[in-house]
Amino acid sequence: MSDEYNQKNVPLEAQSSDTISGTSGTPSKDIDYVRPAELPEQDLYHGHSFITKWIFCQDAKIIGVQYFLTAVFTGIVGLVLSWLMRLQLGYPDLVPFITAEHYYQFVTMHGMIMVVYFLTALFLGGFGNYLIPLMVGARDMVFPYVNMVSFWMFFIAVCVLMASFFVPGGPTGAGWTLYPPQAILPGTPGSNMGIILMLVSLSLFVIGFTMGGLNYIITILQARTRGMTLMRMPLTIWGIFTATALAMLAFPALLVSCIMMTLDKMLETSFFMPTIVQAGEVLDYGGGSPVLFQHLFWFFGHPEVYIVALPAFGIVSDLISVHARKNIFGYRMMVWAIVGIGGLSFFVWAHHMYVSGMNPWFGFFFATTTLIIAVPTALKVYNWIITLFRANIRMNTVMLFCLGFIVTFVNGGITGIFLGNVAVDIPLSDTYFVIAHFHMVMGIAPLMVIMGAVYHWFPLVTGRMLSEKLGKWHFWFTFLGAYSIYFPMHYLGFIGVPRRYFEMYDSPYVASATGLNEFITLAALIVGFSQLIFIYNIVSSLSIGKPAGKNPWKANSLEWLTPEVPPAHGNWGEKLPVIHRWPYDFNVPGAKEDYITQTTPPSEVISAEVEKT
Amino acid sequence: MHPGIIFLGVIIGSVLFHIFTPWWWTDIASNWGAMDDTINLTFWIGGGVFILVCLFMVYCVFKFSYKEGRKVEYKPEDHKLEKILTIATTVGVIALLAPGLIVYNNYINTPKNALQVEVNAWQWGWQYRLPGEDGILGTAHVAKISDNNPFGINLDDPNGKDDILIEDDVLHLKTNRPVKILLRSLDVLHNYYVPQFRAKMDAIPGIITYYWFEPNKIGEYEVLCAEYCGVGHYAMRAKVIVESEDNYKSWINEQETFSDLIAKQENNKLKKILIVKNND
Repeated sequence: MSDEYNQKNVPLEAQSSDTISGTSGTPSKDIDYVRPAELPEQDLYHGHSFITKWIFCQDAKIIGVQYFLTAVFTGIVGLVLSWLMRLQLGYPDLVPFITAEHYYQFVTMHGMIMVVYFLTALFLGGFGNYLIPLMVGARDMVFPYVNMVSFWMFFIAVCVLMASFFVPGGPTGAGWTLYPPQAILPGTPGSNMGIILMLVSLSLFVIGFTMGGLNYIITILQARTRGMTLMRMPLTIWGIFTATALAMLAFPALLVSCIMMTLDKMLETSFFMPTIVQAGEVLDYGGGSPVLFQHLFWFFGHPEVYIVALPAFGIVSDLISVHARKNIFGYRMMVWAIVGIGGLSFFVWAHHMYVSGMNPWFGFFFATTTLIIAVPTALKVYNWIITLFRANIRMNTVMLFCLGFIVTFVNGGITGIFLGNVAVDIPLSDTYFVIAHFHMVMGIAPLMVIMGAVYHWFPLVTGRMLSEKLGKWHFWFTFLGAYSIYFPMHYLGFIGVPRRYFEMYDSPYVASATGLNEFITLAALIVGFSQLIFIYNIVSSLSIGKPAGKNPWKANSLEWLTPEVPPAHGNWGEKLPVIHRWPYDFNVPGAKEDYITQTTPPSEVISAEVEKT
Repeated sequence: MHPGIIFLGVIIGSVLFHIFTPWWWTDIASNWGAMDDTINLTFWIGGGVFILVCLFMVYCVFKFSYKEGRKVEYKPEDHKLEKILTIATTVGVIALLAPGLIVYNNYINTPKNALQVEVNAWQWGWQYRLPGEDGILGTAHVAKISDNNPFGINLDDPNGKDDILIEDDVLHLKTNRPVKILLRSLDVLHNYYVPQFRAKMDAIPGIITYYWFEPNKIGEYEVLCAEYCGVGHYAMRAKVIVESEDNYKSWINEQETFSDLIAKQENNKLKKILIVKNND
């Protein structure tokens, strides 16, 4: 199939090091020595027809773009649903066709789409696929065919999900947490076909995602190029790697709960269903536990938060470092914080369940673990801002999004300390404080990173720059708008406004918030529409954007060092790159330039006083 | 305009909003002032950290904006600084967690003199059951619920006979007496929540959950369902009236016990039989 990489026939010894020839007896004395590759390279499948090149494609980069575009499509659906919800909340009589059933369907679909089909797919499927092989110096994922199947499973999952809008009864309105018993009982909208399609779609998503996830993990562990030790990997890769490991362990809990609930619905088993009396009739269920579902769901659901957050942490670290022209502060601590947060995230799930009726003694344990997780998270924040200290900060769109991320993430992180502390959570749970908290911390903050990352890597993917001017307008509308949606929303929670209320009527303490609700709705509309600037910027820059050339940001990491921009299939042309240092050597004392790429051998920058390699 | 100015504006705006906000706690009407105190403590510590972190960020943005040839510090790690920050954060976290856990410990340990009130929830409404003279609620099960036995009380349980049944969504409570709310659900999850009392807990079909509070302000309060329970969730309201001991007594004396209900039903049955006989 492939005939491009002839060097695979060359004996391994001969490619053990670029500069080693002649000194083979004492390689360790050569400052440029890098351990030889352990395995010969393998052929890639090269698509030749349109279909194998662009549709059923096995190139991780194209798959990444496919994931990205599909996820963005679902995100736009989620955005429109949020507008409809906000219209109902801000101006209840304005849109007469929004009934309570519709409202709850919007709430549910918005939540599920944004968390699973948008954010998870975008970070891991989108950025993961595009960046992992490039950043670790591989030609592609280790299982390109499985990777292709992974995307198409995701695509089918999205189709099934979208189909539920068009079935009798509409999509499920069970809330994104799908708590039984209501999720499968007639008091909830879409409790027939709607919920079944949701459960099927989630199951497909998990199956597809497992294929992708195994690829990401194995590629990172096994297919790194020579010299790319684990502690030289960009934090982006650490974030994606740890998040994928979490996903591999957490998604099975979602899959089994989906399967069990499907059985409860279709075969009237009683995994989650106790004896129930509805409309005076005793139903054919008995002995199941609704709280069991909540444990399973949040055993998935809490790591899920970090599945979204960790790639964002990693990416933002790299963006800050590149655009502040300074090494990321405390790299090793950043790595251990990512791994530590990932590990701890499996021991905090029941902080979503403080008022769920689980054994109240659990509260002590889960409040303690939850607040422990605040420590590594806070350290990451400190390291980001210390990285800015005595740096040389480019105030471009990418950096603005990073700064926006820090503000929203710190804000949402601190409200997380409110909710993690069990006694504080009791009055605030199930109010708008919770909505404000998680939108700030896992909605807006990761979105800031995604948008920053698009401005950062668009030149790599397309070979053209995005417009800085439009980018800045886009940033300020998005950041200021989103902040003014969610910051005041916390205060609705203090009043006691409960979440998932279609209408508040005239409860005395809620009437005072009418004006605020109108304001939030207007802000949400503006933020949503301002994304048109972003879309316009992307579409127009594809043809009229300034050509990016090679490595326009003067970054160190490997993805910018491909022989062609945008990188071709196989990424590296003839020869795989050899890595000599970490990706954060910016402004090293003694170096001529303010950056030293990962492939620069020590002999070329002999005067640089490098501390960490 | 330098972008740092706008970020600074956001921080100052947040603080001003917090100071001048017209939206704040609905006045508390129970003993859980300690929850509010813990929240205020979290606000001070957390808010302080937010302001410091953001101000430091803004300072860096002003001070270290890109300049060709600026001298940049090269210091990949600083163990001492990292250690100090770790310890400081840990201390802050403990300072927040410890009082929270103490309050929580009070929350899950009900005082002995607490009045028991069973709350029955269903799609979409509420009713209540109070123990009678014996102070003990009779055992009950949802499968036993019928028109004649709206709470599904176990007929063989003598403790249930004097239970006071309130087939209405208005609950009366007396001031300054702890109440233990026992939650039962017939169908799906619900949550009996009065914002002024701060406390809440889900009602779960199949098991009985509880929480307690001590109402300390006379007045009428709206109950909201705080766990999504289907399409009627938002309309699932009820009322709690907190009143003086005397008013409470006269209210409770008007309520029907389970044996009253049974007797009434027997009467009705007899009447019906008589009517049928007369018609013959």
